[in-house]
Amino acid sequence: MKNLIALFLLLLLSFGVAASEGIELQEANVDLSDNASLQRGAKHFVTYCLGCHSIKHIRYLRIALDTDVDPKKILKDIAPEGANIYDQLHSAMNAHDAEKWFGTQPPDLSLIARSRGADWLYSYLKSYYIDPKSPRGVNNLVFEDTAMPNPLWQLQGDQYAEPRKTIWGEEYNKLVIEKPGTLSGGEFDIFVNDLVNFLVYAGEPVQLERQRIGKYVIFFILMFLVVAYLLKKEYWKDID
Amino acid sequence: MKRSRITECNDWFLERFPLTKLWNEHMTHYYAPKNFNFWYFFGSLALLVLVNQILTGIFLTMNYKPDAKLAFDSVEYIMRDVNWGWLIRYMHSTGSSAFFIVVYLHMFRGLLYGSFKHPRELVWIFGMLLFVALMAEAFMGYLLPWGQMSYWGAQVIISLFSAIPVIGDDLSLWLRGDYVVSDATLNRFFAFHVIAVPLALVMLVFLHIVALHEVGSNNPDGIEIKDSKDPWGHPVDGIPFHPYYTVKDLVGVGVFLLFFATVIFYMPEMGGYFLEHANFIPADPMKTPEHIAPVWYFTPFYAILRAIPDKFAGVIGMGGAIVVLFLLPWLDRSPVKSIRYRGGIYKKALCLFVISFLALGYLGTQPATPTATIFARLFTTIYFGFFLLMPIYTRWEKTKPLPQRLTKVHSLEEQLHNLEEQLPTLIEEITELKPATTEIGHTAFKSSFFARKPNPKGIRNVISRLAKKAKGSLD
Repeated sequence: MKNLIALFLLLLLSFGVAASEGIELQEANVDLSDNASLQRGAKHFVTYCLGCHSIKHIRYLRIALDTDVDPKKILKDIAPEGANIYDQLHSAMNAHDAEKWFGTQPPDLSLIARSRGADWLYSYLKSYYIDPKSPRGVNNLVFEDTAMPNPLWQLQGDQYAEPRKTIWGEEYNKLVIEKPGTLSGGEFDIFVNDLVNFLVYAGEPVQLERQRIGKYVIFFILMFLVVAYLLKKEYWKDID
Repeated sequence: MKRSRITECNDWFLERFPLTKLWNEHMTHYYAPKNFNFWYFFGSLALLVLVNQILTGIFLTMNYKPDAKLAFDSVEYIMRDVNWGWLIRYMHSTGSSAFFIVVYLHMFRGLLYGSFKHPRELVWIFGMLLFVALMAEAFMGYLLPWGQMSYWGAQVIISLFSAIPVIGDDLSLWLRGDYVVSDATLNRFFAFHVIAVPLALVMLVFLHIVALHEVGSNNPDGIEIKDSKDPWGHPVDGIPFHPYYTVKDLVGVGVFLLFFATVIFYMPEMGGYFLEHANFIPADPMKTPEHIAPVWYFTPFYAILRAIPDKFAGVIGMGGAIVVLFLLPWLDRSPVKSIRYRGGIYKKALCLFVISFLALGYLGTQPATPTATIFARLFTTIYFGFFLLMPIYTRWEKTKPLPQRLTKVHSLEEQLHNLEEQLPTLIEEITELKPATTEIGHTAFKSSFFARKPNPKGIRNVISRLAKKAKGSLD
C-alpha cells in the first residue's frame, strides 16, 4: 500500500515536469498605476499599431479618465488627427484590403493581453529577426511565420537569430542586434514594456478599480463573519 | 384592547395561506441532528450560489445579445460600458465555478456519510437530477460569450451525439439546428440557459428539499435521530433547524463569501481555469484551436471520454460515469451509513476514488499524450471500479458497531484549545536544550526558545506517531 502511494505520487510529479516545455518568455514589468507609462504606451500604440489594429472596446475618454490626463490633451497628443473623444480606437484600414495585403485580417487587440498574456506580448515584440526566406523578410522566435511584419524595426535595429548550443548540447537561437536602431537596447525594452502595459490596461480597464473596491468588500465580509460567528456562539451555548 | 390594523391584515392573510404552518414545518419544527460538521455547509451554500446565479443572470440578460455577430462584443460591452457590469459578470462567471465546487463537496459528503442510503434514496436521485441539470446549464451558458473555447467546446460536445448509431447524425443536426454550431445554436442555448434549465433547477431544488424534510437529515454518525425521541416526540439528538442551523450556516456563508470575493476582485480568471484564456478570442468557425479543453468542472468526464479508444464507447463511458452515480443507493450493500463505522476497505476505496477523480480532472485539462492516455485509462478503471465493485466489498467488509445516540466530536474551538495545551509538551519533544555556550548575544536571543535546537529523534517520533494515527483511521 505504502509503495503504491509513493509510486502514484512519483508518477503524478513526472507529469508536471513533462507538461512544462516550450520557449521561455521574457518577463514584462506590468504596473497599471504608472500613468506616465500608460500614456506613453497609448501614444506608441496610436503611432505604431493603430494603422492596422483597432482596440474597439476602449474610448479615448476612458483612457483620459483612467490615466488622469486632460481629455483635450489626449486628443492633441495621443489620438490621431480628427478623432473624437468618445471614439473607440478604430483602425483606418479596412478588412478587405488587409486580407489582400497580409493574407489575414489583423485582429482587434482589445483582449490580446488577456488571451496571450503580458509576457508573451513583450517577448513577441522583441523576438523579430531578419529572415530572407520568409515572405515578409522577417520572422519571429515566439510566433513562427507570423503574418505581421515588424513595425518596430527602425527603433530596434537589424536583429538576427544565430544558432547556438547550450553546454548541454541543446540547440537554440540567440537574438543579436547587428545594426542598432534609433533606440538603445534599454530604451527599446522600456518602449515595448510601455506598449504591453497599455495593452494589459486596455484588456480590462477596470482592474485597478476592482482591486481597490475588493479591499472594502473583504473587510465588510470579515466584519459580517465576526458578527455571524458571535451570534452562532450565543445561540449554540446550550447545545452540547 | 383594539386589534391593530397590521394584526388584522396578518390574520386575513394567514386564514388564507398556511405561511406559519410552512415556516414551522420546514424551519422551526424541522429537527436536524445536532452534530453537523464542516461537510454540512455546502447544501445551503449551493442554494446561495443558485440565487446569486439567477440574480446576476437576470442583470446580464439585460445587456447580452444572443446573436453570433453581437454576442462577444456585448459581453465586452457589459465588462466596460455598463455600470458595475464587470462585477455582475464576474459574480456570474465565478459563481458557476463556485457552484460546481460546492456541489462536488456536497456530493462527497453523501459518499462520506452514506446520505444516499435508505431511506434517502429519493433525495439522492433528485440531487443527481439537479447535478445533471446543472451540467446542462453550465454547458449551454458557456457557449454564450461566443469565444473560441465556447464555440469549439460546444462543437466537440454536440458532435459526440453523432457517435450514436443510426440516429446520431440527424440527432446532432437537430440539436445544433445547423451543420455546425452557429447563430441558431446560440439562440436555442440562450433560451435553455435562461428559462428552461433554471426552471427545472428551481423545481428540482424544491423536490430535493421536500423529500429531505420528509425523511429527515442524515448526520456524520449515519444513525437515525428519530429512533430516540423525548416524551414530546422530538428527537433527543435533534435541534430545530431555525435558529440553530440558520445562524450556523450564516458563518458558513461568511467564510464562503470571503473566498468568493477574493476570486472576484483579485483573480477572476483564476489562472485560466474559471475564465479560459482562449475564450478572450472571438469564435471563429474557420480556425480550430490547437488544444480544446472544457472548463475544469467537466474535465474528469472529458478525460474518461478520451480514455476510451472508440468514440461511441467513450460517449457511453462518459454517460455511464454519471449514470452509475444514480445507482449508488443500490450498489452500496453495507449495513452502516457513515464512514466512521465502515471497515477499512471502503475508506481506502473512497480515497482511491477521490485521487482518481482529481487526477482525471487534471488530465482532462491537458493534451492527450500517449502516457497521459494510459494514466487516464488507469484512473477511469478505478473510477468505475469504485462503483461497480461496491456490491462486493461493502457486503464483505467488517463494520464497527453503531452507537445508540450521536457521538460527541470536539468542535474546532475545542480542538484548537487542546492543541494549545499540548503545544509546550510537543515543543519539548521535538527540540532539545542547546549545550551551554559562552557566546555573547543580545538578551532577546537568550530566551528559552532560542536556547533550544531541533531534535531529529523527537521529530521522527512525532511524525511516525502521526503517520500511525493516519493509518489507524483508514482501518
